Amino acid sequence: MAEWFVAKAAELPEGDRRIVVAGKDEVGVFHHGGAYYAYSNYCVHSGGPACEGILINKVVDLIDADRTYQGQTFSDEVHFVCPWHGYEYELATGRCVGDRRLKLKKYQVVRRGDDIYVVT
Amino acid sequence: MDTVPSEVRKLNFDDYSTAKHLEHAAAQAYARNFQDFLIVDVDAHHYENESYKEVFAYIESPVIRHDVIDSAQRPGRSAMINASVGNQNLGGRITRANLRRLQKVPADGRHRDIAMTLEWMDAMGVDYACMFPTPMLFLGLHPQVEIEVALCRAYNRWLCERILAVEPRLVSMLYIPFNDPEAAYKTVKDFGDCKGVVGFMVTSPRYRPVHDNAYMKTYALLEEMGKPISFHAAYSWEDRALQMTNRFISVHSLGFMWFNMIHMTNWVVNGLPERFPKLKVLWIESGLTWAYSLMQRLDHSYMMRTSDCPSLRRKPSEYMREMYFSSQPMEKPDDPSILEATFKMINAETQLLWSSDYPHWDFDLPGVIYDLPFLSEKAKRNILGANAARVFGLDTKVVKRIP
Repeated sequence: MAEWFVAKAAELPEGDRRIVVAGKDEVGVFHHGGAYYAYSNYCVHSGGPACEGILINKVVDLIDADRTYQGQTFSDEVHFVCPWHGYEYELATGRCVGDRRLKLKKYQVVRRGDDIYVVT
Repeated sequence: MDTVPSEVRKLNFDDYSTAKHLEHAAAQAYARNFQDFLIVDVDAHHYENESYKEVFAYIESPVIRHDVIDSAQRPGRSAMINASVGNQNLGGRITRANLRRLQKVPADGRHRDIAMTLEWMDAMGVDYACMFPTPMLFLGLHPQVEIEVALCRAYNRWLCERILAVEPRLVSMLYIPFNDPEAAYKTVKDFGDCKGVVGFMVTSPRYRPVHDNAYMKTYALLEEMGKPISFHAAYSWEDRALQMTNRFISVHSLGFMWFNMIHMTNWVVNGLPERFPKLKVLWIESGLTWAYSLMQRLDHSYMMRTSDCPSLRRKPSEYMREMYFSSQPMEKPDDPSILEATFKMINAETQLLWSSDYPHWDFDLPGVIYDLPFLSEKAKRNILGANAARVFGLDTKVVKRIP
């Protein structure tokens, strides 16, 4: 196990992220909603930089009680998107939205004083 | 626990580098030793609209040139060049589509199109790429045939003079203005010997049947020249059947098979493989499952209805198996034996040509072929480059520079 320095806490504000080169691996570290998340930066699809795309909320269909379609909206579930092909991942878990049996490797993030580290 | 000095990158959406975007692709290329063998991409794209100012200058009719240039000054309003409704870039999720305008290229005199293309080719490990347009894939649906002819000719002249004549790693199968059979013939006649022209391409979304007698002399000329004809798939949300779909995934998944299934069916049923036995025919960007399905479907009906296609001396699938197919977007079923059967069905080892479709949203890397467990090393290298080199008559020397 090793701890890799990510950033000073003050330098990784809410909504920001970093890519940490940890040996032969890359880890994406997100600061979102008051929490830190860290995942492998290699998309399960074709190895794209999974953590380097946009963040966007899950799109949902609005289906009424009578089962009629009433349009679409965004839910509260936040996704990050691999910029190569659009594979979406749940920010809270790293699960692949298209097939939740697939997920990115998740890493622990620790804070020591003012410093943020990711553990591999 | 050890604390290790780390390299940390900030993400910046204010600039863009293709090499950076494809850094993982370059790592894959190294890991798979792509520097050791030839890789040819038979379906790559540029955004010719970024060079429209140059292209329009090649339009020969002064009236059409004037009108097209004038209409281009009002983007977003009615234009002389038809566009397609769609959402290729997934609402901004495919970031390179918007960010590519920020790419800086070396000030070494090369055309921006060439510099940007070579950058992604090297990152993926590609030696040669066959370039196709992007918005012009829909030009076959233009209601004014003379616009298709004029713009096609201007684009072909621009491509030959400004890109292909300058950069030996870029080749193309030139756009044929198929809605005007005489202009199609003239295109092959006029451009067939130009540097980098390795064949000719029909954009598939259109409503002219390939078995029309008007095309026979063009096919004969292509056969005589030894240049392949290809059918590059695309969708059309204006198509009557596809108008019933309401999401881009639907019109894209079906549309990219739909037009090629029709053209292939007409091509085979009307006995064109018997009439032009040496003409090389390549089907582009429909994936592979359509061929697997259509072979079985046509064979089944053929045995009962040989009188519908008396020119055929063999089953439809036997002719199809002698044609060529580009690989992207290659379907990857959960059960790999299904893909293996598909490869077997189309004689992939000699007939399949890898393609990336880069920079479009559903591009494939060479790894989609190289990582398949059921292919021999020889089969992988055939599909990734040797087959295309044979079809196009390319030099097999490795010329890429993986960064």
